Amino acid sequence: MKRLALPLMAFMGFAFLYLPIVSLIIYSFNESKLVTVWGGFSTKWYVELFKDPQILGAAKISLQIGVISATLAVVLGTLAAFVLVRFRRFRGKTLLTGMITAPLVMPEVITGLSLLLLFVALESTLGWPQGRDMMTIIIAHTTFCMAYVAVVVQSRLIDMDPSIEEAALDLGASPLRVFFDVILPTIAPALVSGWLLAFTLSLDDLVIASFVSGPGSSTLPMVIFSKVRLGVSPDVNALATLMVLVVAIGIFLAARLMRPSHTEVNE
Amino acid sequence: MKWSARALVIAVPMLWLLLFFLLPFLVVGKISVSEAAIARPPYLPIYEIEDGALILRIAYANFTFLFEDPLYLAAYLNSLKIAAYSTLFSLIVAYPMAYYIARCEARKRNILLMLVILPFWTSFLLRVYAWIGILKTNGILNNMLLGVGIIDEPLVMMQTDFAVYVGVVYTYLPFMVLPLYTNLVKLDQSLLEASADLGANPIVTFLKVTLPLSIPGIVAGSMLVFIPVVGEFVIPALLGGPDQLMIGKVLWTEFFSNRDWPVASAVAIVMLMVVVMPIMWLRNHTERMEAAA
Amino acid sequence: MDKAKEALRQKQSQAPIIQLKGVTKRFGAVTAVDHIDLDIYPGELFCLLGGSGSGKSTLLRMLSGFETPSEGQIIIDGVDMAGVEPYERPVNMMFQSYALFPHMTVFDNVAYGLRRMKFSKAEVHAQVAELLHMVQLDDYAKRKPHQLSGGQRQRVALARALARRPKLLLLDEPLGALDKKLREETQFELVKIQEQSGVTFVVVTHDQEEAMTLADRIGVMDRGRIVQIGEPRDIYEYPGSRFVADFIGSVNLFDCSIGEEGEDFTILDSEDLKGSIRVGHGISGAPGSDVSYAIRPEKIALNRDSENADNEFSGIIEDVAYMGNWSLYRVRLDCGCILKVSQANLKRQDQTNLTWDDRVFASWSDTAGVVLPS
Repeated sequence: MKRLALPLMAFMGFAFLYLPIVSLIIYSFNESKLVTVWGGFSTKWYVELFKDPQILGAAKISLQIGVISATLAVVLGTLAAFVLVRFRRFRGKTLLTGMITAPLVMPEVITGLSLLLLFVALESTLGWPQGRDMMTIIIAHTTFCMAYVAVVVQSRLIDMDPSIEEAALDLGASPLRVFFDVILPTIAPALVSGWLLAFTLSLDDLVIASFVSGPGSSTLPMVIFSKVRLGVSPDVNALATLMVLVVAIGIFLAARLMRPSHTEVNE
Repeated sequence: MKWSARALVIAVPMLWLLLFFLLPFLVVGKISVSEAAIARPPYLPIYEIEDGALILRIAYANFTFLFEDPLYLAAYLNSLKIAAYSTLFSLIVAYPMAYYIARCEARKRNILLMLVILPFWTSFLLRVYAWIGILKTNGILNNMLLGVGIIDEPLVMMQTDFAVYVGVVYTYLPFMVLPLYTNLVKLDQSLLEASADLGANPIVTFLKVTLPLSIPGIVAGSMLVFIPVVGEFVIPALLGGPDQLMIGKVLWTEFFSNRDWPVASAVAIVMLMVVVMPIMWLRNHTERMEAAA
Repeated sequence: MDKAKEALRQKQSQAPIIQLKGVTKRFGAVTAVDHIDLDIYPGELFCLLGGSGSGKSTLLRMLSGFETPSEGQIIIDGVDMAGVEPYERPVNMMFQSYALFPHMTVFDNVAYGLRRMKFSKAEVHAQVAELLHMVQLDDYAKRKPHQLSGGQRQRVALARALARRPKLLLLDEPLGALDKKLREETQFELVKIQEQSGVTFVVVTHDQEEAMTLADRIGVMDRGRIVQIGEPRDIYEYPGSRFVADFIGSVNLFDCSIGEEGEDFTILDSEDLKGSIRVGHGISGAPGSDVSYAIRPEKIALNRDSENADNEFSGIIEDVAYMGNWSLYRVRLDCGCILKVSQANLKRQDQTNLTWDDRVFASWSDTAGVVLPS
């Protein structure tokens, strides 16, 4: 009995994490519009989902924003991580450290509000950006995603033995070559997971996008939010199921790709 | 590395963050002391140049307004209360999970860790939405309880604090489990054996050895839950009641419905203080602990 | 003069390949390396021996170009290295962690340095094959570093560092990551490869045994300075200071003052021993001045009866540690101080059979010890 207590508590924790997702998947195949009633198996909500131009349009916008801001965030976040880990003290290092970690804990409403006010102020003084559209969302997402990328890349860089870089320098490679020959291959897995993380965060963000989006640039979470505020809608269940499926496949592929193809030789 | 290349590598992320992270806060600060107006944008400039003289118009009214209207104070306090309880509940749910995962053999451990992280990769909004279907009056949970016969009439769970706690704990659970796990997995098993060897039963060992040593993990996890929950908007908006006050929701309403940008800015500034203070306190505290050690 | 000494003399008759002139490195208020002057000759295997924080690694990093001296000059083969980047120096390094590129095969690791030079593909191929043959890893070219054992990694690191035919090879604790058995084999291997390649080696180590077996000459470092330079035997038998005597090997040290002096002997009066020590040579130093006397444990004999030797003190065996090929005795002398004595276990059955609480006479000849400045 005593030995079962811990696994049981852990199991309940996992059940708590997964029951809602399972319920979404089950009810996405429900014929009936009501959650209460099981009206038989049906895929009609999937058909409906693919006929909804609003959702399809928003999904397209969200994917575009996600890809662009994740890519920008990886470039900027990697530079920041590199500077923080590998450069010796310079003026402004503390400031940079603060600015790169703060977005991680910043409430989204504040980030969203402050960026919107910035865009408005810039527009009225410089005339740029004109109105708000996908670009303003991309800027906002890049800014908060680069912090996450920086954290991921930073931990990888810290784990990296600095003498490996020195070895390359010692063998006649210029600093630029060292970056491409040694550093980049070593941090590549971190870049991939950083990109995926940034992409997911961007795709998932409702609050910040709501502040900085313009009339023609509603993202997928914004459309979902306006739908579910009015109550349960089964086509959203279908959408959720598809997203779970995509994520599951993605994780499966990533796990297969990243699985080391070797076994360590014992000394 | 050449000096110029080094400067360029520093400059690019630095300038981006200065422009799109630091500058926005200064703008918020400025607008929080502006007067609201029916205009585009809906506030007045804080200075004007009239007949060659600089006239400052700094309106502290937005801040005094926050302290005069009990609504705002109540919202701040309620946000802190909900964040604190949520942190506690998350800890209670997360600790056994983290402990169990840390004690598993390596293969199983990786699978379980993946299971903890997996939900994080699916849409947060949709996962919160799933709880509406479970918690509402004619939802899954009520139907199950009615079916088993534990209750005779449906419980009202949606639009209550309970629903918000469930949603928050559910959403932030991985952020509590992971730091706890990272800490617990490093715990030297022989310490527990030593404690048992010296005559402590498992409960005493847990209270006297495991728990004190896992405090850094508890603190890290608590910060990751507490801070974002203070400013949370989506969960109270979807699961909480219309009259439930949380500061993220107040800011949202102030901005989108009332279009009062200066007050929204003032709300943001005060919220920032509320969030920053625990971090500062914690940082000082850990530094002092490290200095003492 | 033996063959080894002759070879060394010949190396030293050439112009030095490395010259350090007043080299100093400060990190903030800490002086890691303090005004070092040192010449190292072509083909030499030079060991820098010192404890942690002695500055030996900093000195190595200045030679490789990863640190710049705060003061002084480093000249390699006649060229001042000031402002020369690590990737432009005729120097290569074998890192303590080996620092093999984890994502490259053994072949690509060894070829890396060659590919940074203007060699054709065929030349690179031929040279890598030759290097891998030298370190006996011909069959491992396609493996990744994590598929190798510790000893194999060490050999890849060595081959990689030698690939560019450097004028100087720096080795940072080259045997530190290997287990004891493998170390002994590798030591001789390393010396052989050094002789074959003819490259000048500078080895940094904290392990005196490693330094002794590898080096032509050893430089003992302490707190940023080189306190003694010499051949291994000289450093062991004729340490120049209390620090060196104590750092290298085990030693009994006694504070003494110079007493009676004769034609070919000196008597030292020791407060510690409550007696006097006879030394078989004259000493520069005024009578009455303080000196230290150092005697190695293996130079002392233990007997049950008095031998009437030059130096003899009686005492009681307090402790015996049996180490297999030798035994270490701790003898409490009548004066109250402890004397460490080691005896080789030459025979299976030890006739003397000395053990705890036995009363013994510890004796040594008047040429066995060394007089050091106190």
